[in-house]
Amino acid sequence: MLGAVSGALAGLLSAPAARAAKATVQKVFASSGAPNGYDPYKHKWLMCFDVDKCIGCGLCVDACKTENHVPQASHYFRTWIERYIIKKPKPGSDRTRGEVLVDSPNGGRDGFPPTVVPREEILKSFFVPKLCNLCESSPCTQVCPVGATFDTPDGAVLVDPNYCIGCGFCIQACPYGCRFLNPETKTAEKCNLCYHRITRGLKPACVEICPTEARIFGDLKNPVVDDPIQAFIQKNKVFSLKPHLGTEPRVMYANLDKEVR
Amino acid sequence: MSLEITNAIVEAIPRFEGYVYPNESGTHPLWGFLIVLYPYITGLVAGAFIMASLVRVFRVKPLEPVYRLSLLTALAFLLCATLPLLFHLGHPERSFQIMITPHLTSPMAIFGFVYAWYLMAVLFLELWFDYREDFVEWSKTESGFRGILYRAFTLGVTDVSDKALALDHKLSWIISIVGIPSAFLLHGYVGFIFGSIKANPWWGNAIMPIIFILSAMVSGIALCVFNYMVLTWVRRRTLDLRCLDVMGMFLFYALVIDATVEALDWIHRAYSAEEGFHVMEYMAKERLFYTLSIGQVLVGTLIPLLLLGILQVLRKRIPDAVRKRMYFCSAVFILIGVLAMRWNVVMGGQFFSKSLRGVMSYKLEFAGVEGWFMGLILLSLPFIILTVLIKLFLAERLPTSGHVPHRMEGI
Repeated sequence: MLGAVSGALAGLLSAPAARAAKATVQKVFASSGAPNGYDPYKHKWLMCFDVDKCIGCGLCVDACKTENHVPQASHYFRTWIERYIIKKPKPGSDRTRGEVLVDSPNGGRDGFPPTVVPREEILKSFFVPKLCNLCESSPCTQVCPVGATFDTPDGAVLVDPNYCIGCGFCIQACPYGCRFLNPETKTAEKCNLCYHRITRGLKPACVEICPTEARIFGDLKNPVVDDPIQAFIQKNKVFSLKPHLGTEPRVMYANLDKEVR
Repeated sequence: MSLEITNAIVEAIPRFEGYVYPNESGTHPLWGFLIVLYPYITGLVAGAFIMASLVRVFRVKPLEPVYRLSLLTALAFLLCATLPLLFHLGHPERSFQIMITPHLTSPMAIFGFVYAWYLMAVLFLELWFDYREDFVEWSKTESGFRGILYRAFTLGVTDVSDKALALDHKLSWIISIVGIPSAFLLHGYVGFIFGSIKANPWWGNAIMPIIFILSAMVSGIALCVFNYMVLTWVRRRTLDLRCLDVMGMFLFYALVIDATVEALDWIHRAYSAEEGFHVMEYMAKERLFYTLSIGQVLVGTLIPLLLLGILQVLRKRIPDAVRKRMYFCSAVFILIGVLAMRWNVVMGGQFFSKSLRGVMSYKLEFAGVEGWFMGLILLSLPFIILTVLIKLFLAERLPTSGHVPHRMEGI
């Protein structure tokens, strides 16, 4: 009975008119960091990665920590870099690849130390930057008991720190390990695409600082034809993480290996 | 300086093996011992209520001596059910937002309403209708604080005519009938909170609510057996062995179904061997060996199944004193086993990385909000409340009304 009622109400909230009303309520009550006059309906932000371009320098991680006052300890990150080392299969093996080693010391913030695996044993090695996957069907939004996590019309998934009760349900529900409980504010935190910057016409800090343009950021509603994100999606075959979970991540990766989860 | 050194040492100790996402590599799992207690306590509530329903709805006469005790047990534990959740929150002062501005797609938000419904609309009402006649009686005979209390509990309704009492019984029966699905809903929902997390292969499982309900029934009945035996021992009364036998029978069948469904879950996981099964296999064999293989399977399931199974077959040949001890041991083992099961579900789901490439370690500490001392306090609290409730509503010197069909002769 209760399930049916809540299901009906949830269905009602997804109706177009109700959705607009919901967005208005969000605009009035939620703390997003956007300036007055910013219209989220005129944008659709997206970030993509070219895995082949990432050199694992860690500048993005450092910039993110500084820009967003992320706790300094080595287990709080809004973005991080993973290093994948795929070893060659053992001689005589019928496999295409050997052991897969993954690491992310201090989230890759200080770069990566030389690997202990001898060069001749390595089949391939690459870096993968990670952040909130901006899921279309975000499980974190779905499970938040008070609606402190919410989807904005411009594609960001935000957390209202003034409303979050710190239950941690969203952290458990995120399949990508993108969230953490901030030890100072006792609320859930994650990448918000530097919402305070992008709503003022700036790029996110990590994109701004990336020396190799491995991070591509843009606006799908940007009328300019050569918007970097639109050009990137046109030119590359892109893939998302854990597609089988049905979260429909909007963050896309070009040149991604199957070992990346 | 010493804090810095401690921090440096803590940072240096390897807390995980393989690769875990950086945000998962903290010293403690996000949901600690308190969240283990939350489904445990809620399960005991649901189980104890279903035990009471066997008398009220299914008219299992031999269980009448434990009817009121079961209801009071359910109430005592229900009053404490949300405490672990509340203490665990980063901002407990904002918890009321779950009720005021609930997010309807969240299982946790809906649980608030299910809890409120169960407490207010089921348990309080059922107890009130069941006790109303006694309250009227006791308010006349008792003086002082007790008298004031019983007078207040009558809520001013002092009509104890046959017609009014017949209506009481009818309403009580209806509430019991509504209460059974409500109890299932209460604990099924707790299971759903975990089962709905598709990001975690240990939790994300359609039969998780069913497993939770079944284990709740088992633990609730075991708690009633435990409470009944302890209470009669404290009061130096004689145990109603017929009642104990019937409780043991229900406990045995509930345990058989519970063990079967849980085994089926594992067989399904092993056979389908989906992504991440190798991590779960490692967890069961290594990280959770003591709590899963020893605690949940051996102590919590196989030994009680054996003891209760023997009692079903050879009941008449076993001396009463031995029988009592066997029932008591089975109940205690089951209570330990179900606690281990809750630990395995809650902690097991957090001992491996969602990257499925690494496992974390965890040591339960003594102090702190998530420490075992706090857990012990939270587990003792319902028993303290139950003691007060028994003194108030199951006092030996208070006569129970003749109209109530469920006399507490045994205790």
